[in-house]
This record gives sequence, structure tokens and C-alpha cells, in this order.
Amino acid sequence: MTDHASIVDLLKGQVGDAVLGHQVFRRQISVTVDPDRIVEVCTACRDHEGLRFDMLTDLTAVDRLPADPRFEVVYNLYSFPHNRRLRLKASVPENGTIATVEGVWKAANWLEREVYDLFGVVFEGHPDLRRILLWDGYVGHPLRKDFPLHGIPQKVQYR
Amino acid sequence: MAETRNMVVNMGPQHPATHGVLRLVLEIDGETVVGVVPHLGHLHRGLEKLAETKTYHQALTLTDRMDYVGALLNNLGYTLAVEKLLDIEDQIPARATVLRVCLCELQRIASHLLWLASHALDIGAMTVLFYTFRDRETVMDLLEDVHGARLTPSYIRVGGFPEDVPPVFFEKARAFIKDFPSRIDEYERLLTQNKIWKGRTEGIGIISVDECVQYALTGPVLRAAGVKWDLRKAQPYCGYETYDFEIPTGTVGDVYERYLVRLAEMRQSLRIAEQALDRMPDGPVMLDDTRFTPPPKQDVYEHIESLIRHFKLMSDGYKAPAGDVYMSVEASKGELGYYLVSDGTEKPWRFRVRPPCFVNLQALEPMILGRMVADVIAVIGSLDIVLGEIDR
Repeated sequence: MTDHASIVDLLKGQVGDAVLGHQVFRRQISVTVDPDRIVEVCTACRDHEGLRFDMLTDLTAVDRLPADPRFEVVYNLYSFPHNRRLRLKASVPENGTIATVEGVWKAANWLEREVYDLFGVVFEGHPDLRRILLWDGYVGHPLRKDFPLHGIPQKVQYR
Repeated sequence: MAETRNMVVNMGPQHPATHGVLRLVLEIDGETVVGVVPHLGHLHRGLEKLAETKTYHQALTLTDRMDYVGALLNNLGYTLAVEKLLDIEDQIPARATVLRVCLCELQRIASHLLWLASHALDIGAMTVLFYTFRDRETVMDLLEDVHGARLTPSYIRVGGFPEDVPPVFFEKARAFIKDFPSRIDEYERLLTQNKIWKGRTEGIGIISVDECVQYALTGPVLRAAGVKWDLRKAQPYCGYETYDFEIPTGTVGDVYERYLVRLAEMRQSLRIAEQALDRMPDGPVMLDDTRFTPPPKQDVYEHIESLIRHFKLMSDGYKAPAGDVYMSVEASKGELGYYLVSDGTEKPWRFRVRPPCFVNLQALEPMILGRMVADVIAVIGSLDIVLGEIDR
């Protein structure tokens, strides 16, 4: 627990009020951060000596329908030097955008494309924001809660 | 002087060396690759979406179908995540924990054997395939004795195992552990000092430690670059910290070293499996918690209360407390993670898999740019990708 508190304190020392809150569940910590300052927060997480979360293990999203803001972009970070994990969460409204962290960790490139493809969250500044699992021209974002399980019938144009 | 233009060629989606349905659009200047755009999704089955409509128990069967050559490792990752969510991870019976380690190490060997077979075949060494499939068959028979399936076991359950392994398992597993080191020696004799093999793999697909971390590469790819990092040691689960084994590493991070690391890992897996067999405690293999685990099968046949409980658990499932957990295991390809978000109902609100193959494949571009077309095949093979996991 002390370890978790120190992460939050260090992060607050770096980015101040960009840390909106934190929660510990099953001995894992999630920090909610200001989506407008996500790049600044991620850079601090990566570079600060006490944090050193040098690897973006995973990046995904959660559709909180009917909550507003609807989406939660989740960053699972890992620190090699300190051997610990941190989860960042940033809320994004339905038609909102969030800045890409591809410049912080290259691993974000495909992971953000996947979130864009399956949830429709737009990552501003992404160098190549295209669908990754579904084809160009596909209508809808399948991991949204209001997308039907059986899919939406649509024509595939063979090229 | 004649004008020259770069050519764009498709590799895949049905090319055997792309290990599934991966399509690479290669831009080549003569034989040199100057650009690559990977296209995924030809297999996309929407497993994450599907899992959100199933109970925690039912969703287990979907995990088999991702990395289908290492299905037990998928089962384990998911099961550990659910157990963490339910806060029962410290209550799993000792026999089940040791058995999980033993079976998963055997599964890792089977996965590495399939990798070695296909990788060597891609590069043109056909004999290796026959050797490794002979030995993989032994492991698959062993696992089939245990759970009755060859690819989709769904055998590791929340709380332990549905049934204990048959007594014949121990005898067969020990025979395999005794015999297998000499088989690895055979592969080494075929390949390790083979001039053609070294010529095709040494210095190919090099990736530095910094790039590995930037791209979040894990597993043998990261270790071959020289990072001594393995989740079984770094963040142990199932008591891996109590086993005596080493983490093989390389220095250069090329295709050849990834091959060496995986061969060494098979030897280490044997060590772990043998230790697990030596320390196998007696006792139950399933947690006795009426909230989450079904009653013993014999009781289901004999008592109506047990039958009802079994039916309710299988059809309605159990509620998990609201919250989110991330749990990962060291799969044969790297860090396999499950991120589960619960809203307090019987079904996961969000079921996310952190697939090592998907993340590792992203580093294909820096590995192959400037190399020859034939090197693309060697590099893809060295990443050990399974498209079932990439596309989910």
C-alpha cells in the first residue's frame, strides 16, 4: 500500500492536478488522470527516476455506456527498474478525442489503432490512424456496448 | 541509364511462412525490403466481444482458441485473473498449483516444438519438422491422457481443475522428461552449428534492448536481446519463485539467438516440470467453495442438491465484485495478460487480452527494413506468431 501511495505522490509531484484520483483494488493501483494532459502524464511516468514506467504493456479502452464520459482509455504500464505496475485511466466522451502517446512509447501505435477500430476513440496526432482488424470502410465499432453481437450486415468491396 | 522503380508485392495472406492469415505488403528495391505494411484481421472472430456475453466460467473456452498451440497457458492466465478478481488466489489447493506448473511447462515445450518445426521448415530445414513432431506427439498424447483434448483443453478452471490427472500421467511424464534432453541434443546437432542455418539466421532481424522496451516486446524476443526478464521470476505466480531454473538470454538479439533461447528454455521447462513432479502433494485439485466451484462429479450423480448447484453454476455463473484486475503469465510467446473489468454481475463488462504476438509483430518493420526478402521469412518465424491470438 505504501508503494502505491508513493507512486501517486511522485506522480502528483510531477504533474500536479493532472492526477484526478486513484483507487486500489486487489492490491493493484489505478490512477485516473486528466485526459487533456495524457502525454505529459505518460512522459512523467516514463522519465521520472522514481517512476520509470518504461514499458507500455497494454493500452485498451472500456465502454462505460450509459455513463458520461462514455469511454475510459486504460494504459497498463510496467517499470523494469522497480518491477511494478501502474494503470492509468483517462475518460473520453463519445465524440471526443485524446492525444496519442505513440511519441512516448512506440508500442502505442498498433494498440491505439486497435482501440480506434473497435471503440471509435480517436487519437489525435497518431501517425497512421487506420483500422487494424476490420477493413477500411467498415461501419461501426464492434466493442461498443450498443453494437449488436451478431454484427451489422455490410457489403465487402473486393479489390 | 535505365529507370528503376520499387516493386510492391504481397506476401500472404495465405503464404505458409506467414503462419496463418497475415498479409504483408512489401515494397522492395530489387531483393531489398524498403517498406512493409502488415495487414491483420483476416481471422478476426470478435472473441473479446463474445466473452462479454458469457459468464466467467463459459468464457474460459474462448481462451483456448487464441494461442491454440499453447492453450493451457491461456487457460492459466485467464483463470488467475478471475481468481484475483474473486480474491481466492491464495486459497487454491497446493496440488492444483503444482499441477498447473507441471502441465504449463509441458505445454510450453509443445509450443516451442511446433515453433521450431515451422521455423526450420520456413528456412528450408525439413528434417527438423519430423523430429520435433515426433516429440511433440509424445507431449500431446500426454496432455490428451489428462484432459481428453489436443488443442482446446479448457482444463485449468477457476479454483483448480475439474478432475485430477490419471495415475499414468506421472509415469509417462517422467519418461518424457528423462528422454527429451537427448532429443534437444539432436535438434542442436542438426542446426546449431549448421552453416546454412547460421547463415540464414545470424545477424538477421536484430533488435536492441531500447527498441524492445519501446515496442513492449516480451518473451524470447526480449531475452534474446539480452534482458534477463521473465514473469515467472519477475512477478511470480503459482509459486514459480520456489523452483530452481534459469532464464536463458542472448546478447545480440538476432534470429539465431532467439532460436538458442527457445532451445535453452525447453531444457529449463523440463527442469521445472521435473521439480513439480517431485514435489507433487496429495490432496484435492479443486477449491471447495460453494460460491464459485462446482461440486464433485460423483455428488452431482447422487445428490439432487449437488445437481442443482452444478446446474446453477454452469448456467447462471457467479457474480464477481465490481472492479478491475490485470493478471499476466509468461506464455511461450511472451507476456500474456488478461484485463478484466467487472460491474458486479456474472459476466465480464470488459474482457481484454494483452496478446504477446500482436505486440511483438509490430516490431517486424524495424527488424526487416533494409534486409532481403528471404530474411522476412526468418524474422517472422523467429517472432513465433500465432494469428489466432493476434486477431482474436
